[in-house]
Formats: sequence, structure tokens, C-alpha cells
Amino acid sequence: MGLTFDNYDVGDFFDEMWAAPGTIRTHYESLLGRFGELSDGEIERIYHLASQAFLNQGITFTVYSDNQGTERIFPFDPIPRIIPAAEWEHIEQGLVQRITALNLFLKDIYHEQRIIKDGVIPQEVIFSAKHYRPELVGFDLPKDIYIHICGSDLIRDRDGNYLVLEDNGRCPSGVSYVLENREVMKRVFPNLFRQHKVRPVGNYGQELLNLLRHVAPRNCPTPEDPTVVLLTPGIYNSAYFEHSFLARAMGIEIVVGADLVLENDVVFMKTTKGLKRVDVIYRRIDDDFIDPEVFKPESVLGVAGIMRAYRNGNVNLANAVGTGVADDKVVYYFVPAMVKYYLGEEPILPNVPTYLSMFEKDRNYMVENIAQLVIKSANESGGYGMLIGPHATREEHEKFRDAIRADPRNYIGQPVISLSRSPSVCDGSIEGRHVDLRPYILFGEKVTIIPGGLTRVALRKGSLVVNSSQGGGSKDTWVIDEE
Amino acid sequence: MLCRVADSLYWLPRYIERAESSARILDVNLQVTLDSEDSDNDSESRAWQPILATLEDQSVFPSIHSEINADNVCSFVTFAKENPNSIWSCIAEARENARTVREYISSEMWERINALYLWLRAEQARHLAGSSGIDFYRQVVDMCHQFHGTTDQTLTHHDGWDFMQVGKFIERADNASRILDLKYHILLPRGERVGGNVDTIQWQAVLRSCSAFEAYRKVHTGQVTPWSVAEFIILHDRFPRSLRFCIDSLDLALHRISGSDRAHFANEAERLSGRLRSELNYMTIGEVFRKGLHEWLDSTQGRLIEIGNAMHRQYCEWLEPEEQVQKAEF
Repeated sequence: MGLTFDNYDVGDFFDEMWAAPGTIRTHYESLLGRFGELSDGEIERIYHLASQAFLNQGITFTVYSDNQGTERIFPFDPIPRIIPAAEWEHIEQGLVQRITALNLFLKDIYHEQRIIKDGVIPQEVIFSAKHYRPELVGFDLPKDIYIHICGSDLIRDRDGNYLVLEDNGRCPSGVSYVLENREVMKRVFPNLFRQHKVRPVGNYGQELLNLLRHVAPRNCPTPEDPTVVLLTPGIYNSAYFEHSFLARAMGIEIVVGADLVLENDVVFMKTTKGLKRVDVIYRRIDDDFIDPEVFKPESVLGVAGIMRAYRNGNVNLANAVGTGVADDKVVYYFVPAMVKYYLGEEPILPNVPTYLSMFEKDRNYMVENIAQLVIKSANESGGYGMLIGPHATREEHEKFRDAIRADPRNYIGQPVISLSRSPSVCDGSIEGRHVDLRPYILFGEKVTIIPGGLTRVALRKGSLVVNSSQGGGSKDTWVIDEE
Repeated sequence: MLCRVADSLYWLPRYIERAESSARILDVNLQVTLDSEDSDNDSESRAWQPILATLEDQSVFPSIHSEINADNVCSFVTFAKENPNSIWSCIAEARENARTVREYISSEMWERINALYLWLRAEQARHLAGSSGIDFYRQVVDMCHQFHGTTDQTLTHHDGWDFMQVGKFIERADNASRILDLKYHILLPRGERVGGNVDTIQWQAVLRSCSAFEAYRKVHTGQVTPWSVAEFIILHDRFPRSLRFCIDSLDLALHRISGSDRAHFANEAERLSGRLRSELNYMTIGEVFRKGLHEWLDSTQGRLIEIGNAMHRQYCEWLEPEEQVQKAEF
């Protein structure tokens, strides 16, 4: 039987491939031929090759619930998502603008706090933000960079406009899937790559290393050749594969907290030939766990005293401590205002329309229209502390109404966005599935964005949730130059 | 190199080597028992008892199985999760160590160990173990060899590789001594005489368990005697599974790590390995037998443990500066 687009249902959504039933977008034309002629046997072979490639490399997460420690792979959809160069340019400009504003904002709130004094953002929003770190006030960071690595989540509305859903300025993960998906696609569809001019993504490791070397701390004894390490919570962390993947791509040591030790406020790693000084740490551990002397005292993942070394300019951390304030969903509301305030520009990529329950008018609207809205708590992620109005019960609506009234600072409301759909292989046929996009942005000497990024796809029919825990998968994302 | 990385690199090939050794011992014993003319329960128990006797964790066995027979011993040594030295446990440990040093080892090495791990967990492996044990154990040995070969061909022969060499050869020497000791635990059936047919088959099995039968035959064409087998496995200078070869190789790796020349030692581990190495270089098999083969093997196993511990203290444990001073004074 094989795959066919003959009965493909575009539905009432923005479809990445089809402008209308029977009308294909030009940048997808040559894919049509390739996927329209795949036999069942070929599909079988592709899935086998892909899952084998992921399994062999250990790109898996472990399911402990069945007591066997079964390893599963993150589902992979073979039909790529294609972004034409002109569209990508728009995204890129928008992301550069946004990360620039965010870094200026973080520097400002940890120094002069002009944006508060000028009345652009209410003071209480900043100081009550869960991840605002007073420890950072007045402290100068190397090159004034706070968010070095950013993984903004973008979605497209019914008209195909790209909107920013959140910024993820702490420890965004998933970039290893971008690189591995591409490797798998090249093995499975070499001919497609010969036909298209797909922008390569393989240089990410080098770009990341360049960035980390660029931000050596003030007292680095060898500023032209700093020692960079990656700090991981350890092999039982679900993103451990990615940590070791990136360490390999950069050729740097991967360390756990116990490998590091402080002497005179300088960070060293314990090696077989004695202590070796560490200058820059790409840390994949949250602020809360990084220094038991300053944050959570029970943390065994971090290094006691590392904040002293940091403040004394003996070590640098990427991302900086305290960037989480920008991930607060109430602060997110103000990012377009930041762009105007710091850069004097109109935002290129808009936010999803957002209501703040701290404003009385918005709060009333949210309480009245809760059944049509998505309600999110300001500092939760991964689907927690969230209500999808249309899918929730009356009791749940009431629970969130009470929560909003009790703590108006900590909730936002957004309309339900019908995410764009991308053709995906589902049970042997091709069907539209909702997708988002997470580009990875590196802010160093210049801003570098990996062409494309991670497209997550909600493989469950009708689902808007792209998280891997909810049946989400991923697909390769191509930025192509059209002839 | 990080202390923690050196430690994992040391253990990774040790576990692989241990799994390989167990697989070969079971393979050989399965073959030997197939040749046996007795087929009652007693003789089966007698044939498998010595395998258990050489294991470190034999005490766990009775809690899982009531009877000593081929199926139970094979399952205990192969798949039992309760047995920390089963092939299953060793490969899981090896992979865990490989995971912690993923960025250090080559991708090819990782894929070899991961493939072995996934294969062992798959239904088809259990099926093969049940239907043709000999084929199953050969597959295990084969995949272990692939790992060592891939390591030699894809990893820079630098400190990390040397730590792996130390681990591999300590474990191999330990295993060879245990296999030789196996014969000590095998009782000759009533009516059989030393040097007789059954005795010869048993000494041949010792050789084959060390992968040494063919190599031995190229040196000794006559009767297989305890004396010549022990001499081959302990003192041969070029056979890669003899104790002398293993200890020479681990001593060499230790000296490469510190950069000291082989006539001297830079740390306790090198002193211990150098001393054992020169004893093996200059001793005769007669001295071993005068001391008693079992006693000599037992004390050598103890010395291998001491070398491993000294190496660990030197490179894998980081001490606070005060402790370092105390250690130096001591």
C-alpha cells in the first residue's frame, strides 16, 4: 500500500506543507515525490534504521516503572519540517533582537534597575520573581552576558505567524536531538540531501566551545586558552546523554560536583596528576543546586563555595546565575516592552497574547473566560501548574479561579493557540500533527543560531502537547535555500 | 585526566574480562560434561560444583537454587541479577562505567559495549542460551573480543588506555589463576588415576578455559601434565593470557602512566607490580609446586588485589592537601 498524500486532511489549521487541500507550498514540492512513493517495506526499514541508530548510541530514556529498566527512544518522525530561507531570516532577526534585549534586561535589573525606575516593569514583579537572585546585584559578569545559551519555544498560529511561547534562558535541553536527527536522516535519505540545499547543523559543538572560551572570567590566568568543563548532575539525569554528547562535541571534560574542589576561592578539578584549574563551567545544573552554601543546603550535585569563586571573578558559569527571572511567565509578558525600551525597536517576533491576573481588568477577564483560556502558573514548566480551559472540568476551572484570586501575581492567561500542523507518519499513513519549534541561540562574540532547531511533534491525534512524556516526538528541521 | 574517569576506565575492561572469562569457563564445562559417560544427578553435580567453588559469590547460589546442575549453575553465572559477578551484572556494570566516560572513550567502543548489553537483554539471547549454550557463550566471548579490539584500534594509546590496560590485565591474571585453581577443586571420580584419561581431559579443559589449548599444543606435543600446564599458564612469556604476560603488561602500563623507567618505581603500585613481575621472570615451576600450587595461586591473587588498591590510592582517590602531606611523611 505504502504512503500517500492522496487523502491527506489539511483541516482547519495552518499546515506546514499544504497551503490548501491539493495546493502544496513550493518548498515542500520535492518531498512529495519521495514520500508519496515509499512502500510499506521501505517505511519499515526507515523506522528500523532510525531506532537502531538511536538505541546503539544510547540516545534513550529509561522507563523505570516496569521494573526492568527498559530503554526507550524518543519517537522520531521521518518527514522533515522545512523552513524556507526567507522565513528563517525573519525568525533569526526576531531571536537576535529578543536575546539582545533579554541580556540588557538582566544586566539592568542586577545593576541600576533603570527599567523599574522608568516605570516599564513594576518593581514587585522583579523582586517577587521566584528565580530572581539578589546575590547577583552589583556583580559584573564577563562581557555582560547572562544568557549564553537560549532555547526559545516558537509556535505558529492559524495564519502561520511565528509567536514566542517562552524563552528558556536557564538550561535549555534537546539540542543533541537536532544533531542526531540530522545524522539519522542523512543515513536514511541521502538522496534528499543531494537534491536540497539543507543548511548544516553540525557545527554547533564548535560554536558552543567558541562561546564558552569567549567568556573567560576576569582572573583567568590563561585568558587566550581557558579551561572549559561541562558540569552534569550525573548519569541518572534524563539529559545525561546530551551532556556527554556535547562534551564530546567540544572535546572538554564532563564533571560532576564531586570532581571539583575549591582552594582559595579558585575552582579545581581532581585529576590523576593533581589539581587542575577550571575557568569556565557550562553547567547543566539549576541555580538551586549549584552551591549548597548559598542555595539549597542539601544539594550534593553542586560545589560548596562556587558562588564565592564566581563573585571573585575566578570562574565563570554559563548560563549565569539568576537568568531564571526572565523565564518567569509574568516577566515574559514584558519582553516586547523590553525590546522597545532597550533597543528602541518594534518586536519582530510577538508574544502569544497574554493576560496578567495581577492587573484587575485582565484578572476579571481570566476568571470569566477561564473555559476558553490556557492558565499557567508563573514558574512551573513541563505541563505542571497548568490548565487548558476547553479540556478541563468545571471543578478544575473553579480550582484555578480560586488560585488566581488568592495569588494574582503568579498566573497568566493565554488564548488556546491552534498550533500549526506538519505531515507525519502515523500508523502507516500520513496525517497532520501539531508542532512547535525550539531554535538554539548562542550569545557570544556574535549571536549564532543553529539553522532550524528542534521540531517537536505531538504524535497523539488532536493533541497540542509536544512533551516527550505525553507522546511527543521530534523531526528533523531543514532550513533550505530555494532556487 | 579526572580521578573519577581513571577509576571508571580501570573498571570498564575488568568487567568485560570477567564476563568473558565466565563465558569461556561455562562453554568448556558444557563441552566436557557432554563427553562424560556418567549421566546421573550425582556426577552432574560433581561436574558443576567446582565452577561454583571458584566464584567469589557462591554463597548467594543456595538462596536461589536448591540443586547444583548444569542449568542452575549456568543460569546463576549468566543471567542472575542477584549474583554481582554474573555475566549479566558484569556487562551492566561495564556499560554503566562506559556511560560515565562516554566523552572519553570512542563512539565505536560505546557502540560495542552497548550492543552487547542490548543483545544480552533481548529475548533471542535467552533463547539461544537455552537452546545452544555453547553458541551463546561463544557469542559473548566474541563480543568481548570485539570490544577489546575496538578499544585498541580507536582509542588514543595514552593515560586512559593505560588505565584500561591495568584493569584488563589484573582481571585476566586473576581469572587465569582461578581457572588453574579450578583443577584443585575437581575430584577425580573413584577408580580414576592421576594421569589417566579423565585427569587428562580435566587438564585440557583448564587449558581451553584459558583459550590456551592450541597455543599449548604448539609448545608441548606430548602428554598433558599438571606440571607443564601450570608452567604454561603461569610462566609463559609470550602467551597473552599467562600470568607472567599479564603482570608484565600491567607493570608496563603503570610505568607508562607515571613516566618512570621500568627498572625503578615511582609509587607503591609500581613497586608491587615490579616485584611480582621480576619473581615471575626468574622463578621456576618447581618452586610453585614446592610451595603448593593452590597456596601459590591464592597468595598471588592477594598480591593482585594489593596492586589494584595501590593504583587506586595513587590515581583515583583525591586527598585533601593535609592528607597528602601525611602520606608523604609516612
